Amino acid sequence: MLSMAMRTPLYETHVASGARMVPFGGWDMPVQYPNGIIHEVRQVRNDVGIFDVSHMARLEFTGVDAGRFLDTVLSLRASRLEHGLGRYHVICNQDGGIIDDAIVYNLAENRFLLVVNAGNADTDRAWLTSQMNAFAAEGHVDVELVDRSLDIAMIAVQGPNAVSMLDELTDDEAGLTTRFRAGEATLDGERILTVRTGYTGEDGFEIMFDSAHAPGIWNLLIDSGSTECGLGARDVLRLEAGLMLHGSDMTVENNPYESGLRWTVRPNRTEYIAGEALRKIRDEGTPRRIAGFVMRSRGIARHGHSIHVNGDEVGVVTSGTHSPTLGMAIAMGYIDIAQSEIGTVVQIDVRGRMVDAEVVKLPFYRSDRPIKPTALRPRTRR
Amino acid sequence: MYPDDLKYSSEHEWARVGNGDVAEVGITNFAQDTLGDVVFVELPEIGSKVDQFDKFGEIESVKAVSDLFSPVSGTVTAVNEELEQSPELVNSDPYGDGWIMEVQLDDPSELDELMDSQTYQGTLE
Repeated sequence: MLSMAMRTPLYETHVASGARMVPFGGWDMPVQYPNGIIHEVRQVRNDVGIFDVSHMARLEFTGVDAGRFLDTVLSLRASRLEHGLGRYHVICNQDGGIIDDAIVYNLAENRFLLVVNAGNADTDRAWLTSQMNAFAAEGHVDVELVDRSLDIAMIAVQGPNAVSMLDELTDDEAGLTTRFRAGEATLDGERILTVRTGYTGEDGFEIMFDSAHAPGIWNLLIDSGSTECGLGARDVLRLEAGLMLHGSDMTVENNPYESGLRWTVRPNRTEYIAGEALRKIRDEGTPRRIAGFVMRSRGIARHGHSIHVNGDEVGVVTSGTHSPTLGMAIAMGYIDIAQSEIGTVVQIDVRGRMVDAEVVKLPFYRSDRPIKPTALRPRTRR
Repeated sequence: MYPDDLKYSSEHEWARVGNGDVAEVGITNFAQDTLGDVVFVELPEIGSKVDQFDKFGEIESVKAVSDLFSPVSGTVTAVNEELEQSPELVNSDPYGDGWIMEVQLDDPSELDELMDSQTYQGTLE
């Protein structure tokens, strides 16, 4: 199917700022602004950065049966979440393969919000709709899916000063909730939904509001001292924080046990369509697992590079970059369980050159720990 | 952005011929801007041979990796070791402190294969 890339309500604002626009998940998105990715990463780690995340799909489920429906398709029991609380989880098929990762919020009585990846939105909608039809065939008819992606804009405000900035800009402090909670506040005269989540490893919020107000709110945040950041910085920040990217670090061919997402899964539920498959995977164990790597000499491992021990191929890199925060090259990838112990030295085939790397604990970076823990320092540098 | 005293290749490298038959080599402003923040430059060994339009190293930014192609043939007489600690010099000063290597030319007439500033800029439009 041929189609034009979609544009968020901030497209013109990005172009006017001199952003470099790239296609991503069916959308035209800013990959970086003129000051560059490293500058943007530093601003988020040290101050406040803002990201247009309006491309992420926001699906609203309403109705008496909405909670029970979500319980059948999500890896956790959404119906049991307190009102206002959100949770990260995975959406799996009947075989336990990861269709997407997402955050679900129990916003109010019989009203849930599911935020999924832009690139998977069509697949997710089709999968959820087919499962909803099957659910309805069993007599649970009161559940409706409304796609709110286009009428609601979403901006991520991230960094150690993000909360204090929003605190000053919003009228009602009550909207500035605790981690993974949703609230409401007034910003620039508009009512906004606030959720204390992000994809950078820093504290902050993702805020949602009527698309028409997107440029005004974006510019207000810039005028208040935040730095505009693109997808390039977002990818570096999430990798430093050890956060998975669906489509790169995991696909429908992976299960949450090998992908380090065991903690998001509640498989012992009779209503859960992937429960049986996931219990089997859990009980049998997986032959490989996701691991973190730091390069011990010059070179950056990238998606698809093979991982070797004693000349045998034992894994594959799924994401890699230079980490400006840690000052070294980092990567994630799948590796045979037998070789996955922390401290194991492997060789990564970086375009024909074998570069030593070491298995390390994820995440590479935590905002509440000092930067450059000794465990992360490569022992040898060329 | 594209100094008149340099010669340019279609692969976005430049050569500056100074005294005698030695050329300084780097990447153009267009190349550094397209790559974004440079984080790693794989420098050739001093004394190694490079061939015109053939690969002599790699340059890597946060988002991308690209091969480096020599605009001239000859022997590498110096490399910019500053780039090992400060690869960002390629971005901030691509024609000055961001130079990559110096080559003793085998055949100065090869320079005729390269473009002048005007012609190179024409290829960017």
